[in-house]
Amino acid sequence: MQDSGVSILFKGINFQRLLGGLWVTLRIALITIGLSLALGLVFGLIMLSRRKVLRGISRAWLEIVRFMPQLVLLYMVYFGFARLFGWDLDGETSAVLVFTFWGTAEMGDLVRGAVSSIPPHQRESAEAIGLTPMQVCRHVLIPQTVRRLLPQAINLSTRIIKTTALVKMINVTEVLKVGQQIISQFYRLREAPFWVYLTIFILYFIICWPISALAGWLEKRWA
Amino acid sequence: MAPALTGAFFVRGWTMDWSYIAAHVPDFLGGAWVTLSYGLIGVACSAVLGLLCSLVRVFRVPVLRALVRAYVELSRNTPLLVQLFFLYAGLPRVGVKLSAGACAVVGLTFLGGGYMAEAFRSGLEAVDRSQREAGECIGLTPLQTVRYVVLPQAFATAAPALFANMIFLIKETSMLSVVAIMDLMNVADTLRTGGGRTIEVLSMLVVAYVVILLPVSLLATFAERRMRFAGFGRQHTV
Repeated sequence: MQDSGVSILFKGINFQRLLGGLWVTLRIALITIGLSLALGLVFGLIMLSRRKVLRGISRAWLEIVRFMPQLVLLYMVYFGFARLFGWDLDGETSAVLVFTFWGTAEMGDLVRGAVSSIPPHQRESAEAIGLTPMQVCRHVLIPQTVRRLLPQAINLSTRIIKTTALVKMINVTEVLKVGQQIISQFYRLREAPFWVYLTIFILYFIICWPISALAGWLEKRWA
Repeated sequence: MAPALTGAFFVRGWTMDWSYIAAHVPDFLGGAWVTLSYGLIGVACSAVLGLLCSLVRVFRVPVLRALVRAYVELSRNTPLLVQLFFLYAGLPRVGVKLSAGACAVVGLTFLGGGYMAEAFRSGLEAVDRSQREAGECIGLTPLQTVRYVVLPQAFATAAPALFANMIFLIKETSMLSVVAIMDLMNVADTLRTGGGRTIEVLSMLVVAYVVILLPVSLLATFAERRMRFAGFGRQHTV
């Protein structure tokens, strides 16, 4: 039987190599998600601040990172900073920096949206039945905010995972690069690229889909 | 790895080379045109595909409905970069050969269709049942009801999400260099790796994206405001 090329996945440690490449992007994504969610909570409170200047600055930050394609931001830090400031950042550090810069702003906007979507009568009624300000937060405001915020924050996480695929473009050896290496090593297998890229496609789906399904489920349950 | 700050904030002796910028404006104009055309073609195709998919889901067309659902999940849960590699480098090996331009359009449409479908679906689902019933009561055919009663309201509700998707897709074209399209990003990359001045190239890149995206985003804000008319038949929340 002629070798169709699918066998490339089972030759040697090729499949493990792909998983190793995927881990490189996932590691960047996980660090970014952790930092963005934590910093985003603070950023969201800044966006809700009573001071106009703080609100203006945080709004501008959000609009700028939303406006530019992620790849442009990545290039600015990876190639630009070295030239301009003499900072020689490696690909992974640049990626964490850029994606956290973006993720924090997005998370902040989610926090702002969740907090301001709670109608004022919730706080007023809680105060009217005699709860202290601490109790109002603990039993009325925070539970409602979390219910609105959590599904969206989980969705943001899948966006961050998908976006980290971009590190391929700044010379990080991630899953697509590993795929290319495997393909050039087994160049005699004509259909190998088809199977390698299909596998990478499916791997991303296996990671992102359960997470977005969870977000969808929580959203429906808590709606 | 640790960022070493070299004395001054800027690298010493660094200045912007304006003549370099002036010399390469035409390159960036060409790239901007490519970015904008692929972006708009991608948006248009995605919108058509997305609308069809959302109609299939909302009107519960048997069999197709399951396919559409699977497609939407696949397109929304994988990165465009991986989709493009599969289209451009994977598919030709099993006999499906697409030109670079076709790969770009198919890739953008595959990605965008899923997002557009979700936006249209939320719009369609927000149109109250009573609207369709009322349409049929005054003697409209089912098709007329959809065309004159349901769709206009659905569009209005979906508008913010649709415009957000539009800007998202135009930004996503920055990845088209992997299928050898000479978009803005690819123009910048070619100049940079060809020994060009990095900061000048990156500055022009940023300016070019602003020039493309700013009008689109202003137009979107304006259109959204104009379309905010449909509130009828919907349950009003406090």
